[in-house]
Amino acid sequence: MAGLKNIKWKKYVSYVVLAAATVILAVLSFAGALKSSDIYLLEKVAISIMLAVSLSMVVGFLGELSLGHAGFMCIGAYLGGKTAVLLEPVLGEFPTLFVALILGGIIAAVFGIVIGLPALRLRGDYLAIVTLAFGEIVRSVFMNSSDESFGGSLGLDTPRFDKEYLFIIALVLVLGCLVVTQNLIHSKHGRAITSIRDNEIAAKATGINVTKYKLIVFCVSSFFAGVAGVLYSYSNYTVQSANFDYNYSIEILVMVVLGGMGSINGSIIAAALITFLDVKLQTILTGNLAVLQDLFYALILILLVIYNNAPALRGFREKYNISKLFARFKKHNPATVKDDEAKWDRVPTKIKMDEVLSVDVQVTSPYTPDKSPKEEK
Amino acid sequence: MKLIETLINGLSMGSTYAMIALGYTMVYGIAKMLNFAHGDIIMVGGYMIFVTMSATGNPILGLLAAVVFCVILGVAIEKVAYKPLRGASPLAVLITAIGVSYLLQSTAQIIFGTASKMVQVADLGNWNIAGLTIPIYTLVTLGCSMVIMTVLTLFVKYTKTGRAMIAVSEDKGAAQLMGINVNKIIMITFAIGSALAAFAGFFMLMKSPSLTNTLGAMPGIKAFTAAVIGGIGSIPGAMLGGILMGVVEAISLTIPAVAPYTDAIEFIILIIILLVRPTGILGKKRREKV
Amino acid sequence: MSDIVLKTESLGISFGGLKAVQGLDLEIKKGQLYGLVGPNGAGKTTVFNMITGVYKPTTGSFWLDGENLTGKTQETINHKGIARTFQNIRLFNNMTVIRNVMVGLHNQPEFKCGLFSSIFRLPAHFKTEKAMRARAKEILEVVGLLEERNNLSCNLPYGKQRKLEIARALATNPKLLCLDEPAAGMNPHETADLMEIVRHIRDQFDVTILLIEHDMKFVSGLCDEITVLNFGTVLAQGVPEKALNDPAVVKAYIGG
Repeated sequence: MAGLKNIKWKKYVSYVVLAAATVILAVLSFAGALKSSDIYLLEKVAISIMLAVSLSMVVGFLGELSLGHAGFMCIGAYLGGKTAVLLEPVLGEFPTLFVALILGGIIAAVFGIVIGLPALRLRGDYLAIVTLAFGEIVRSVFMNSSDESFGGSLGLDTPRFDKEYLFIIALVLVLGCLVVTQNLIHSKHGRAITSIRDNEIAAKATGINVTKYKLIVFCVSSFFAGVAGVLYSYSNYTVQSANFDYNYSIEILVMVVLGGMGSINGSIIAAALITFLDVKLQTILTGNLAVLQDLFYALILILLVIYNNAPALRGFREKYNISKLFARFKKHNPATVKDDEAKWDRVPTKIKMDEVLSVDVQVTSPYTPDKSPKEEK
Repeated sequence: MKLIETLINGLSMGSTYAMIALGYTMVYGIAKMLNFAHGDIIMVGGYMIFVTMSATGNPILGLLAAVVFCVILGVAIEKVAYKPLRGASPLAVLITAIGVSYLLQSTAQIIFGTASKMVQVADLGNWNIAGLTIPIYTLVTLGCSMVIMTVLTLFVKYTKTGRAMIAVSEDKGAAQLMGINVNKIIMITFAIGSALAAFAGFFMLMKSPSLTNTLGAMPGIKAFTAAVIGGIGSIPGAMLGGILMGVVEAISLTIPAVAPYTDAIEFIILIIILLVRPTGILGKKRREKV
Repeated sequence: MSDIVLKTESLGISFGGLKAVQGLDLEIKKGQLYGLVGPNGAGKTTVFNMITGVYKPTTGSFWLDGENLTGKTQETINHKGIARTFQNIRLFNNMTVIRNVMVGLHNQPEFKCGLFSSIFRLPAHFKTEKAMRARAKEILEVVGLLEERNNLSCNLPYGKQRKLEIARALATNPKLLCLDEPAAGMNPHETADLMEIVRHIRDQFDVTILLIEHDMKFVSGLCDEITVLNFGTVLAQGVPEKALNDPAVVKAYIGG
């Protein structure tokens, strides 16, 4: 089927670009052409991409809003860092890195299930506040840990993996994350997940095990957040709990949203771009000027969301559509253009207050014309 | 003795939270959105008090200026950022609100810098009675917020506008058909919420005079938590949740072993309450029409 | 007894003090086309919501093929063999037509494929996908949507969306298919077409059909037996001509 081919093309393009970038950068780094600041930037970009891709599973494909992604990353960073401290003298560098990655990921995934359980009962904004609370709890627990365990408020010193090729490992892991995420999304299980996003009640009535799939998504997503955390601990000298506050969760969310809901490629681009700007601007804007960057992001975010979602601008949007500019490069095929991708105005946080009624029956007089007056759009 | 002091302190803190929580809950009930920027309105109010007081030295004038400015700001934010999104997905609105929150924080930082400002609103001293040492500001906070909350409850219950607010929160479409100007009601809600936030900012500065651009962030989140605990959309719920939050915080802060974990404890209470009662303590159970 | 697919016994539910449905006794035989009619607010959709697990009945029980399913979850009830459509259409809007149907096929034993096989793209994954696609096409052909299979479901016209809902429900391989106002919003021509499709589905898929409908012509032309509800109680039961001419039914509809 032509449509299937098109989806695959879209899927592989991210693999190819990432793999090519990894190879080229690896060659450059071994040739000594990369400065250490460049390498640090690459590590950060890889971490951001992994975070954005994993969060986009929850927000863009499952349709639940999580504001605690930094909390999972925090768990990964601390546990991975601690593992590295404890095991490095025993196992040596590489096995330690391997164990730390697995351990950090798995424990974050366990917490993902733990927080996924309330997700089954709560919806929409409530889930958002619970995940936010979870992130803050995690942070507060590490912040107040004893000096011997996790370093308390001073942070945990980690043996920074001072090899120049950490970023290559990170990029390979990103590739792995991408393979898992895309394969999961483009399978029957992914269809079940997106069906929950599109209409949870219909998904249940169609026999989809909503509980199971919500847990799977939370689990996989937090696993990769944990792995990203371990990478973070290897890329920095210390792990500070203060860095994982809800603002960081929101920054990841912004990457996902700017990339476009339900578009993994979009999340990757947005994550890379924002991180790149972050690091570059940090060196240019100093002192109180640094805040100009935040101001800029805030404005972009507001304008973009309003532009993309305001019902009044619908006509305007259709007339000046960005993707239309690219349309002539590919044959128009309505089947494949948007499948699995949700338009922003259609991603519900699972609560539509205007549609909920306390009781589903209304007592009407027998004279009423027997037609349902309420029709859902 | 110590317990009574702690309780009074908790009640005063709680009533500040309740004031903020009311702003969240009313906006949520009527505009069906989580106004993430609400906490930052408090911060703006704080800076307004700072500016007015450096010019005039009069705290009451500062409070008035803060209330007026916050009301204008709240309404303006609603008109510019939220109103175009009415009818869009709740997620889009929430993300815009997050953007507004960042915008306010960074604007404040550009104008006033990162260093914290000291705003000595009023030194009211302590009141020693029967072996108790009670800071007078706690009593002022408690008294003022009780009066404000009573007035608000009466307003919603007995005035035409208040009843219209209830109608809009029940069913926007039906309210519109009954001739209620929904846009005006939403505007009034934002105005009331912002005014309450300005008061909350004043109370917070009375408690501790240091003012930064993140003054409202954490209290905002906690107050929202309080509103959810009480049952979001419910006015008595927000008051109850706020008070509960303040008392828990005050008690927890006096016990050395758990004091560092105060924030965590409050959030754990939130999670537990939502697991037991997903709609909060006083929230109405709503059912999705199938 | 074995030819009774769905049996309900004094099934009832109340919301607060309001008895939305009470004392409902139904017996639907295998292969029957059974109608549930009644004025607006009579509690028809509430009956659907109870037998598909959206609401838990407050009184009574119901059995599917002799198995008591009262109070089970929506998922379980669907697995046991009751599928439904919705009065206010609930499609997966961001998916293509064929994928909507493939979600319906998700739990069929012949399309089993573990998470592991999917993530690591083992042969089982490709085999299942291919088989699911083929089966989905067959089902779409029955409801006449094969040509539209690659369109986004939200872009379909109203009548076709209703048919797609039927196809999706059918894909779960139900014993009992519950259609909630399948002809609502259709013109007479489409309605006639739909009647043909419903009959065809019953014959080809060996399924019993329970439907809610307002269009009396549709009901009397299609159903073998009907139950008339008003204010949550049964007014009349039996073959359409007889039940619809029952004095209580006439009174409820015409007034008096």
